[in-house]
Amino acid sequence: MTGVRQVAVAIVGGGPAGLTAAATLAPVVDGEVLVIERETHTGGIPCYSDHLGYGIGDLRRFMSGPAYAQRLSDRARDAGAVLTTEAMVTEWAGPHRLAVTSPAGRQIVEADAVVLATGARERPRAARLIPGDRPDGVYTTGALQQMVHRHHRPVGTRALIVGAELVSWSAVLTLREAGCTPVAMTTVYPHSEAYAAFRIPGKLLIRGPVLGRTRLVSITGKDRVEAAVVENLDTGRRITIDCDTVVFTGDWIPDHELARSGELAMDPATRGPVVDTGLRTSRPGVFAVGNLLHPVDTAAGAALDGRRVGAAVQSWLQERRHNTAGVRLRTDAPLRWVTPQLIPADDHPREDLRFWVDAYVRMPKLLAVQDNRVIGSTRTLWPAAPGRIYRAPWTLVSGADPTGGEVTISLR
Amino acid sequence: MTVSDVIVIGGGIVGSAIARQLAGADLSVLLLEARDDIGDGTSKANTSLLHTGFDATPGTLESRLVARGYHLLGEYAQQTGIPVERTGALLVAWTDDERDLLPRLKEKAERNSYHACEIVGADEIYRRVPHLGPGALAGLTVPGEAIICTWTTNLALAIDAVGRGAQLRRSTQVLSATVGADHTTLSTTRGEVSGRWIINAAGLGADHLDAAFGYRRFTVTPRRGELLVFDKLARPLVPCIVLAVPSAVGKGVLISPTIYGNVMVGPTSEDLGDRTATGTSEAGFDFLLAKGRALMPTLFDDEITASYAGLRAAIDRSDYLIELDGDQRYVLVGGIRSTGLTAGMAIGEHVAGLLAEAGLATRSRSELPPPPQMPNLGEVGGRPYQDSSRIAADPEYGRVVCFCERVTAGEIRDAFQTLIPPVDFDGLRRRTRALNGRCQGFYCSAAIACELESRT
Repeated sequence: MTGVRQVAVAIVGGGPAGLTAAATLAPVVDGEVLVIERETHTGGIPCYSDHLGYGIGDLRRFMSGPAYAQRLSDRARDAGAVLTTEAMVTEWAGPHRLAVTSPAGRQIVEADAVVLATGARERPRAARLIPGDRPDGVYTTGALQQMVHRHHRPVGTRALIVGAELVSWSAVLTLREAGCTPVAMTTVYPHSEAYAAFRIPGKLLIRGPVLGRTRLVSITGKDRVEAAVVENLDTGRRITIDCDTVVFTGDWIPDHELARSGELAMDPATRGPVVDTGLRTSRPGVFAVGNLLHPVDTAAGAALDGRRVGAAVQSWLQERRHNTAGVRLRTDAPLRWVTPQLIPADDHPREDLRFWVDAYVRMPKLLAVQDNRVIGSTRTLWPAAPGRIYRAPWTLVSGADPTGGEVTISLR
Repeated sequence: MTVSDVIVIGGGIVGSAIARQLAGADLSVLLLEARDDIGDGTSKANTSLLHTGFDATPGTLESRLVARGYHLLGEYAQQTGIPVERTGALLVAWTDDERDLLPRLKEKAERNSYHACEIVGADEIYRRVPHLGPGALAGLTVPGEAIICTWTTNLALAIDAVGRGAQLRRSTQVLSATVGADHTTLSTTRGEVSGRWIINAAGLGADHLDAAFGYRRFTVTPRRGELLVFDKLARPLVPCIVLAVPSAVGKGVLISPTIYGNVMVGPTSEDLGDRTATGTSEAGFDFLLAKGRALMPTLFDDEITASYAGLRAAIDRSDYLIELDGDQRYVLVGGIRSTGLTAGMAIGEHVAGLLAEAGLATRSRSELPPPPQMPNLGEVGGRPYQDSSRIAADPEYGRVVCFCERVTAGEIRDAFQTLIPPVDFDGLRRRTRALNGRCQGFYCSAAIACELESRT
């Protein structure tokens, strides 16, 4: 080991959530706030999404992914945080000690507080069990965007997009820029529900159908993709799509390796760590932010966690108290999950609850039940749609009895 | 035209082991591989087990060579750094019929000179593998079974062969053979080559090549085996290899830790007509999911990282088919099924023995180069990213390029500086583990594609 580096706060992951946490904490914390990023640059996934659509939710600006990533990096640095790149946390070396590998050496970082901001990735083809040959031309959005925006490499001429989440449209924009025509989109949901705003421009961007209620069955082609077979979930009818590129989009899974190997309490529904409203994990002094918690919210949604975690981290640094008890929130289908999962007795948040849904509900009504008693209900004016975060006001559960049992939230 | 003493056709584990063995004598050896890289056929996608040979058919050549190969490869692995984990295996009986077979399997192991098997009850099974699905009745322990890196094994043998002076030609497929009075001329996709002796270790193509020497003695039926690989986070669930009781249909589906720190479930077993059908199938996945869920339900709480299909060169014989034809100076090494990973070096010895009997001088040279030192692809035993002194000496070992598998820029560079550098993505995967992880290239595939392009 090259040595032990003592810092006040170690933030693992330099994407929107980690950088915003750094910018929030650096001015108010005594001691170093260190961001540990494994890629060659900070900024996270927006670095590769070279199209407009970033910054509205958190910076009140409308900018491209790379510009947004740059801006967040600059803000963190200007606030006094130290950003290291090409530095990978490989394992825990103690409750607040991280083993880090970088070209500068192998180092232990010992922090008073650790913030995990490791983000999420798209499930690749293998995890989705799509059989067939293994030709070139199969990507996730992440791999596609790096290929196009960072390395300026060709990707094919006719693409099938798998998924119709918000990120799927980001993939469409990237394909268009690379001169590859999106010829169809397949989604198990009845409609392309990501954002209503995409429906009309979406029609202009895709030269082919959005195939609702379908699933990808197989990919053929020995060296290069030659076709893909898509099945209608209701009729069982299969059609062959002539394409040389398949992009697997969305279907996110948190990059939770560090959280799990640290034996933090995990939520089987989000597959990220369980956190309370202060974004505290089950281990005192360890916090989690961003899409590690909610795969996936927008970059702005992730960034706002970074702002929100500041208060809890500060209070931990001052008082070294970490109350992990609280009332557990759970969900019924079609709600897949909710985050945060715990309401501590002493917290009065003003943030939204975030949900993932598996069905489209146009005028959702939410109901919260604790110990067979309805503790809250609310309607939202916005729909709940698969493929993106659904938000509801915290007031839904603010009537929970801190000494009571679990709260179950359902949607009608 | 130069005439080699021996031409070995097929750069899989068996061909590479034979080439290495013969290159250790005063012989000029040419190793031909039809595909773009060595180890890209049946050798790359097997279950990667170092077998004791406990369940071979006693008295067969296979039984003898697997038992011998187990020791040879075990020792060679220590010399070269081929990763091996001695996890042991547990063969589990799920039905009364299967349980009744256990004493016979133990007896069979003993007839194969393997005496360490023990029959254990259900309690012991669940003590050893607590996450095994319900319903296990009894089991047989096979403490000597181990997991090994098949890719490193193939590469080490081939690099060693080249280091000893063998010539390797890749992308060179043999099209026909003309047997002359004192040498044979092979017509290949890259011109003609000549050798006094020809060794056929062509795996899936061995029967076709055999026909070029006038034989019709066997047919290779490619048997497809599909496998699911689970995330490393599932590895603690599977402390040892969990085998099924073999039946008339085959060895059944196993759950095994992999040398790279993952868990593997498979293989399926499906005879095919197409010798290039390495695709996965819907039916295969459905079968493995059903089988796997019964064997270990909790495994499926974790992610599947990869799925792949390999082909085994099954033949219509129940033993290895190794025969020397003195008139044509030709040796067939056929029907080497998945046990060939373990048996490979013993097959090399055996073939050298046959050639010696036929009058070819195969005495070892007195001065041989030391065996190659292979990079550790195993999850245990230390990797460059963990090695502070190595990183201090060369910062490229601290530059992690593939995050999931923790492969550094230094290791990728090194792979291109070996005697047999990679020529494509798959070759790089097999030499470094890059791109094999849970993200399947979400983060690093683009960067590695550029790296590969600049170096090949």
